[in-house]
Amino acid sequence: MGITQILFWLLSVMALFSALMVVTNKNPVYSVLWLILAFFAISGHFLMLNAQFLFIVNIIVYAGAIMVLFLFVIMLINLNKEMEPRKNIWIKFAGAVAGGCLLLVLVAALRNSELKGQVAQVKEGNIGLIKNLGMELFSTYVVPFEISSILFISAMVGAVVIGKKE
Amino acid sequence: MPINYYIFLAISLFCIGIVGVLTRRNAIIIFMCIELMLNAVNLLLVAFSKMHHLNGMAQGNPAAGTDGQLFVFFIMVVAAAEVSVGLAIIVMMYRNIHSVDVNFLNRLKH
Repeated sequence: MGITQILFWLLSVMALFSALMVVTNKNPVYSVLWLILAFFAISGHFLMLNAQFLFIVNIIVYAGAIMVLFLFVIMLINLNKEMEPRKNIWIKFAGAVAGGCLLLVLVAALRNSELKGQVAQVKEGNIGLIKNLGMELFSTYVVPFEISSILFISAMVGAVVIGKKE
Repeated sequence: MPINYYIFLAISLFCIGIVGVLTRRNAIIIFMCIELMLNAVNLLLVAFSKMHHLNGMAQGNPAAGTDGQLFVFFIMVVAAAEVSVGLAIIVMMYRNIHSVDVNFLNRLKH
């Protein structure tokens, strides 16, 4: 078992455990912190697949910007005890059973798929480097790139309009 | 790494996100679980792009698999826009009904 496999299992266990802690934790602030850990584990997977651009973008955008936004909103709305949601054990049970059924069906469907012998290239291959992705982004995908900037502008305007006190 | 491992890891993360969306009542936690599901899909897209790259290299196409990583980039763009609008909606909802419990929102009025 080489260093690559050890890293893969370590990062996978870290991602799954922190995802479970996000779902099960009572305090939303702790959930945000566990989610940041899950994003770091997924970023580690990106780095192991040599997708360096996505690794750094994932850390900056997800673990940096989006999670700080979540923390700010939690701080703003001041979650305290009396608005702790009512407990209904049956709804939780039904949700867990539904998610478990989906997991079971997907795993059973994909267990013997024709992808079984395929291998994902790890720690080599220059496809995820910034130079390669940038050339592709600004030649083939330049129109979707500009459209996504319009999407950002409209999202900013929408957030300001919705958040404004009338 | 075999692609199967990445598929099952991404499926597990996605299902944990779905269980969170179905069981939690806090709107912010539901939102965080949606982000988790998006990230599981991103991980699977990157793994498939590397698999496709390896197959394309064998057939003399060194640019195979670039599209998958650019899709991940666009998913991140859409997720950032979605989070900004969604959190604004949550703040407005808290201002109106003084709660972020989605049970109070099931009548589409306040």
